Amino acid sequence: MENTGLSLVTVVLFLPMVGFTILLFLRNSEQIKWTAFGTSIVTFVASLLLWAGFDGNQPGLQMVQQWEFLPQVGASFYLAIDGLSLLLVILTTFIMPLAILSSFRAHVLHERGREKLYYMLMLLLEWAMIGAFVAHDLIVFFIFFEFTLVPMFFLIGIWGAENRMYAAIKFYLYTLAGSILMLLAILYVGNAAGTFSTPAIMVMIQSGELVIPFDGIFSPQSFLFLGFFIGFAVKVPIWPLHSWLPDAHVQAPTAGSVILAGVLLKLGTYGLARFAIPLFPEAAVAWAPVVAVLAIIGIIYGAWVSYAQTDVKKLVAYSSISHLGFVVLGLFSMTTAGYQGAILQMVNHGISTGGLFLLVGMLYERRHTKALDAFGGIWKVMPIFGGLSLIITLSSMGLPGLNGFVGEFTILMGTFGSDVLGFFFALFATLGIILAAIYMLYMFQKVFMGDVTHDENNHLEPLHWQEYAVLIPVVALAIIIGIQPAPFFATMGATVTDVVAKIAPFITSVAQLP
Amino acid sequence: MLQIPTLESLNMGVAIPALSVAVWACVLLVIDLFIPKEQKSRTAWLAAGGLVFAFIANLFTFNTSGDAFLGLFVADRFGGFMNLIILVTGFISIVMSIDYLKRIGIEKGEYYTLMLFTISGMMFMVSANDLIVIFVALELLSIPLYVLSAFRAPDVKSEESGMKYFILGAFASAFFVYGAALVYGATGTTNLPQIFQTISGLDLSQNSNVLLLLLGSGLVLVGLGFKVAVVPFHAWTPDVYEGAPTSVTAFMSVGAKAGGFGALLRIMIVGLPSFVLIEGANAAWQQVMWIIAAATVILGNFVAIAQTNVKRLLAYSSIAHAGYILMAVAAAGTAGVGEAAATAALIYLLAYAFTNLGAFAVAMAVEKDDGTGTNIEDFDGLAKSRPILAVMMTGFMLSLTGIPLTSGFMGKLFVFQATLDAGLVPLAVIGVLTSIVSAFYYVRIVLNMYFKEAPGDEAKGATPYLNWAIYAAFAATLLLGILPAIATGLTEGGLFAVIP
Repeated sequence: MENTGLSLVTVVLFLPMVGFTILLFLRNSEQIKWTAFGTSIVTFVASLLLWAGFDGNQPGLQMVQQWEFLPQVGASFYLAIDGLSLLLVILTTFIMPLAILSSFRAHVLHERGREKLYYMLMLLLEWAMIGAFVAHDLIVFFIFFEFTLVPMFFLIGIWGAENRMYAAIKFYLYTLAGSILMLLAILYVGNAAGTFSTPAIMVMIQSGELVIPFDGIFSPQSFLFLGFFIGFAVKVPIWPLHSWLPDAHVQAPTAGSVILAGVLLKLGTYGLARFAIPLFPEAAVAWAPVVAVLAIIGIIYGAWVSYAQTDVKKLVAYSSISHLGFVVLGLFSMTTAGYQGAILQMVNHGISTGGLFLLVGMLYERRHTKALDAFGGIWKVMPIFGGLSLIITLSSMGLPGLNGFVGEFTILMGTFGSDVLGFFFALFATLGIILAAIYMLYMFQKVFMGDVTHDENNHLEPLHWQEYAVLIPVVALAIIIGIQPAPFFATMGATVTDVVAKIAPFITSVAQLP
Repeated sequence: MLQIPTLESLNMGVAIPALSVAVWACVLLVIDLFIPKEQKSRTAWLAAGGLVFAFIANLFTFNTSGDAFLGLFVADRFGGFMNLIILVTGFISIVMSIDYLKRIGIEKGEYYTLMLFTISGMMFMVSANDLIVIFVALELLSIPLYVLSAFRAPDVKSEESGMKYFILGAFASAFFVYGAALVYGATGTTNLPQIFQTISGLDLSQNSNVLLLLLGSGLVLVGLGFKVAVVPFHAWTPDVYEGAPTSVTAFMSVGAKAGGFGALLRIMIVGLPSFVLIEGANAAWQQVMWIIAAATVILGNFVAIAQTNVKRLLAYSSIAHAGYILMAVAAAGTAGVGEAAATAALIYLLAYAFTNLGAFAVAMAVEKDDGTGTNIEDFDGLAKSRPILAVMMTGFMLSLTGIPLTSGFMGKLFVFQATLDAGLVPLAVIGVLTSIVSAFYYVRIVLNMYFKEAPGDEAKGATPYLNWAIYAAFAATLLLGILPAIATGLTEGGLFAVIP
């Protein structure tokens, strides 16, 4: 854990800010667009270098960088990656260029203007998201985590659809309310441990140096766990805290939805995997069945409500609730398989749902409507677009051979073999997969199949090369992960094994409680 | 027999920052007579120059600790830090006022001398080590402020503001004096360290003086609670803030609070920390403090939601912020937390000072020449007409909410940590929940600036000096949010001088 020089992690983190600063001085619209895009591409390449330099066999943090931040309270700027952080950083840097590129042709940007502000907010958001994934100090994590709200609030509020003000405020207040109690829990843990650095706190917990009293589901540790859990649950969102999500998604501009679904929601599940479960293992184990029930309600409810939608974007938004239920279920199975599947599924959901929002955005640009009835027979008009859409839709519903299947299958295996959850949870979750097939195929059929019923649909503009450039990486990655998930599992393998091994003793100790 | 102290024994060196401001104010009063009427901005710069001198002097005395005037005045890091806040606030306020006063037609040289007098009052107040001196400083702080509030006379609102402030302020001072007298009755001294020693020597559970002390410290709290505007002594705030010229409002919403909290913290931490009713319990005043703090944050934040005028909204928000600082004061009542709590209060005040000044400055820019135009709707579309002002205002609003990367977050972080340290978990929970409420009304202003499709006010008041003041406040808000160690480093090494 030496501290020499500039770690690559820091470079990746601050690249978006470099672009942000350059944007401040640009005036020309073309320059602004391409600088923003260039910045996100450079960041993506740098994050791939991060992967190249990462040793997957080694648990624990790598490429550590530590600076003083607030020595008086024991908080430091502690940046590092492990398997979990790395995959999510790459997901972020992968989604961002696509989101930016997809904005080039967005009508709303031409209508409402303020392009510079838009791209600056995008880069600010990328910076904050990467920061949240690489910070291993509770305070610094919280700073990044909370700050992501601000750019997103403006993205929805300025460039959103008709009802954008309501959606922006709801998003802002809802997530703020969720996370602010977490701040108290963080301060409490930090005060007790004397430091906010999570690796140090973990060591203290393992060695028994720091004992947060636990004697049942209503003990101090449980309250702290719930403080964290609620904060992250709002972000995920876990049923019944999801009501901000459909509004935010439907009103947000396309790129905003893509980032929201692709990365921001992962901050919640990442937080559960990184902080809520490992820091309070006993409480997490004790509460696992409750959380899993909520997750399963979310899976089924999300799927059910999806099917009832008449707005394509809303349909996709509700499907997110369903998909993320799987991730939460996997994490709270407390097994290696469950954890691994959950992490892979975070990446998968970013790709598939991000991709679906991109598709919806492209349709919207052409027809200026998101109503399901307004389409039909699109395949005949735009066959290549239809083909790409089919792959993304199938990936989202978990067809074997594509990425969604790998993640969901591993999660179900983990849940089935879990000492905490078990057979019935897996059974009900499987129901969700069947429902997913129903609503996804329903959507695909309504939009792409059949005859062209509206005349406007006969004259749709073919895909622009920029749109190909956005869709093809998504489709390619969906296929690659589906066929060859091994490198992804290898990257997180040691990290996950380590985390699960640390939780394992607490499963038995909680089981022995009266 | 009366002993005449020698000049040396007064040890005036450590009091130079505060003294220089007071002396300069008197001198400036004379100089101002020779400055022609249309060039009163020279008076402003002379006044600001005096503050710069005091600021530099304060840097020299920052790390010294010692008492002056035979123990009536004490210089320590706490006072030094408070002086920093007060002087910077004063400087920015004077710079903000120059064009504003001209614009609304009340430019007079006395404005700046009165500012200097009240600033010196604040500086004496935070370093006063004796209840009598605190009282004198309190008056020195208050009386110029009464005049400044009514500076816009014969405008009815401004007159009302000055009158209200004066009458209620006089009451509050009386409470303070009565309280000080009762404390003297119980302990036989008005000197804070001696009060501490006397109380430590008493067995309070069997002493009839305890009632006197309880009543006395309660009345002192009433007096100071009025100055810092905490519930239930807050009722004057909205009217006074709304009626006073905005530059005065900006200044007093920060400066008067700094002075009041300076004295309050010193009385509680230096004078009465060991005032416990039951052996081993927390200080007797803690419970009262925490009830007041909770009531203040709840009322301030909830009532602010209903406001449509930005000045009134900021008035209620400043009540709420006083509540957060009072949370730190309450935390100081637990043995061993005093130092951390005082640090938290200082950081919070510093963060709040820049942010609140900035927010009022933007309100001044939007305000029309006749003093109207500070309703929330007047901010509609500001992001289009004045994008930079809108960005700055957004920063201030986020900071007042306590969003990370702004100074306001750091302030809240420290306050909540001190509160948890002191074991006041319910109070901390009330604190965070009310911050969410505050998010609602602050974001409403941002929303009007950015999301409303309006032509946007041209913000005529955004003159160069005012803009510079806004930029400086914004830079400080960000800097403290990103590199808080700058401020916290200054508090290291013991805040209060230990004088035997």
